[in-house]
Amino acid sequence: MSEFTRRVALRGAAGLLAAPALVESVGAQQAFDWKRFKGQRVEASLTANPRSSLLIQHQKEFEELTGIRVGAEAIPEQQHRQKFAIEFASGRPSFDVVGISLHVSKRQVGRAKWTTDIRPLLQDPTMTAPDFDFADYGSGPVEYSTQADGRMDTLPEFTDYFILYYNKELLAAKNIAVPKTFDELYTAAKALTDPAKQQYGFVGRGLRNANVTLWASFLLGTQQRDSVSPDMKLLTDTPDAIAATEAYARIMRECGPPGNVGFNWNECQTTFMQGRAAFWIDGVGFAAPLEDKARSRVAGKVGYAVSPAGPAHHHCCLFGTAFGISEQSKVRGAAWYYLQWASGKQNQLRYLTSGAGAPARTSPFRNEEAIASSRFPREFFTTLVESGRIARPGLPEIVPVTEFRDTIGTALTNCIGGADAATELKRATEAFRPVLEQSEKAS
Amino acid sequence: MSGAATLPATAATARPRRNYARRYVWFVVPAAIVVLSVILFPWVFTLFMSAHDWKIGGGHSYVGLDNYRKLFTDDRFLWSMARTLYFTALAVIGPMVLGTIAALVFARNFPLRGLARTVFILPMMATPVAVALVWTMMFHPQLGVLNWLLTQFGLPPSMWIYDANTVIPTLVMVEVWHWTPLVMLIVLGGLASLPVDPYEAAKIDGANAWQAFRHITFPLLMPFLVVALIIRTIDALKAFDTIYVITQGGPGTSSETINIFLYLQGFAYYNMGYASAVVVVFFLIIVSLAGVLLWARNRAKDL
Repeated sequence: MSEFTRRVALRGAAGLLAAPALVESVGAQQAFDWKRFKGQRVEASLTANPRSSLLIQHQKEFEELTGIRVGAEAIPEQQHRQKFAIEFASGRPSFDVVGISLHVSKRQVGRAKWTTDIRPLLQDPTMTAPDFDFADYGSGPVEYSTQADGRMDTLPEFTDYFILYYNKELLAAKNIAVPKTFDELYTAAKALTDPAKQQYGFVGRGLRNANVTLWASFLLGTQQRDSVSPDMKLLTDTPDAIAATEAYARIMRECGPPGNVGFNWNECQTTFMQGRAAFWIDGVGFAAPLEDKARSRVAGKVGYAVSPAGPAHHHCCLFGTAFGISEQSKVRGAAWYYLQWASGKQNQLRYLTSGAGAPARTSPFRNEEAIASSRFPREFFTTLVESGRIARPGLPEIVPVTEFRDTIGTALTNCIGGADAATELKRATEAFRPVLEQSEKAS
Repeated sequence: MSGAATLPATAATARPRRNYARRYVWFVVPAAIVVLSVILFPWVFTLFMSAHDWKIGGGHSYVGLDNYRKLFTDDRFLWSMARTLYFTALAVIGPMVLGTIAALVFARNFPLRGLARTVFILPMMATPVAVALVWTMMFHPQLGVLNWLLTQFGLPPSMWIYDANTVIPTLVMVEVWHWTPLVMLIVLGGLASLPVDPYEAAKIDGANAWQAFRHITFPLLMPFLVVALIIRTIDALKAFDTIYVITQGGPGTSSETINIFLYLQGFAYYNMGYASAVVVVFFLIIVSLAGVLLWARNRAKDL
């Protein structure tokens, strides 16, 4: 028989005090009818990436919780963007839920009003589970998901920050500190470049279109920061843009592997994984393959830091994805339930701990237990938190963003090859300006 | 009476003929519907779109021939056309020459000929996207197997697809590897059908191997070579999958052919009107080229 000690008494008292809250919470959970749309079927069109794989892997949980069947497909990014745009334009999309890259398709989706405003759903207690906790989302992602007219036509899913990966071994061998600014990065990368050993100081995206995301990291550090002004004027041939381009082209040309004008993230990843590059700036999702011992020669030797500061500002590129519900969907209620589950706390924590990306919610970053048991070093998580504080959209919120990336990207490729930055940017800006003006006129 | 007696015969010959065509016309309807809906309608609709400023996710407005005018002043389009012709010329000549040589080799008897032929035609059976992905890995300037091989022979590494000057010849190399077997099969078929008599006559007249090839084999093979030329030209003009997967038109725009340009305009920039104008112009180019080649084929038959 157990003794009635002071500790037991205190425990019991605490339990009694907490009981009303617990009862209320349980009551609220019970009051929310997860089975309301039982028997319906939701079609989800997602982009192929580790996050979608996690959702598809665990979707049985949702089906058991709600009785709603899910048909999810994951299509490679480029093709997915085209597919959903064409399906939406046809007026009869085959899906109810769609994953959207905000940095590419936000304005396009918003202008055509293809996805439903989720604010009324969020405010409806019969439709939104009490533990959904919308306040848990970071203000940045929420703002990113909100259109200029105030409509919130997507639910934030994932925020992608550009961070600095570095090879600890290579830096230690030359006693080089982690650079804090782009100038320091160039100096360090230059010192670590040894073409005779096929070792390069820096690897980054040089391929047309893909390279604009890295170039934006340099531009964000200048006084002007953005590539398009708030009144939708192009700022891509200004002195700041020219300076950013020269800095970008210089490090790519002098410290990068030959042929990097054709490098997208996959070539960069291969080069860095093989220990051939000291620094790499790219999205947060690459930590998982880099730390995979079976595939990576640098597993356990990767350092993580925030993107370096520019001469005037310190930002890192922010990109993001979100989920939308088709305006044409006949099962909008069931689709909203799916979104609550897909972007719920559990899945968002899975994103973080599996290295699939930085979740849009803040609670996973406070989950000390999950972080401590993760296979990633603590430095990775602190980098994500710090990046969240300085993040700023890396691409302009315009409709013809792909054309922008292609046009400016071609100029950047030429600059890596040694062309004059001012001339190339002037040409590219003049080529893209009418496209932007026409697009804005149509808006 | 005689008139009455002849009446039935007259009636028999004058019996009105049934117009079967009127009934049979209904049998044509299903095929006509299919042809109209999958061939004619898309064409008419493409022409219609090409006369509009038509954006996916936006509205559309009639612009007449503006898209065509813009096209012929668009440097990017004109360069893509030049690149397409350059790529096509190389991607036709390479497989034609190598395919013909391979066919002449495989037409002879030698040990393990069947196995060698099978191995030779394997590339043709591979999926273009898979082929492109494998080649992309091999082209990696630092980690690719091709540069490793070059350095083993003491040769300097190449930039392959990662340099504006070498990207198109490199893409042509993939195309040659992939499609030479097709030319070889066509020419091999032609060689098998050649008569033996002219060779015997030439041998009696003292012709050497080159003279026999130049004056007998080549002229008799001409119709087959022209068929291979037509197929290769149209295939090379349409090449998209390997280029898109390997370079996406880069570095910069240095491997952007008309197909890549068209794809980007239509499905990356969503300029459906402008892309439709490109389709119309591209179609006219292909039809003209096919016409020229068919004319050449008829000439070859007459020879």
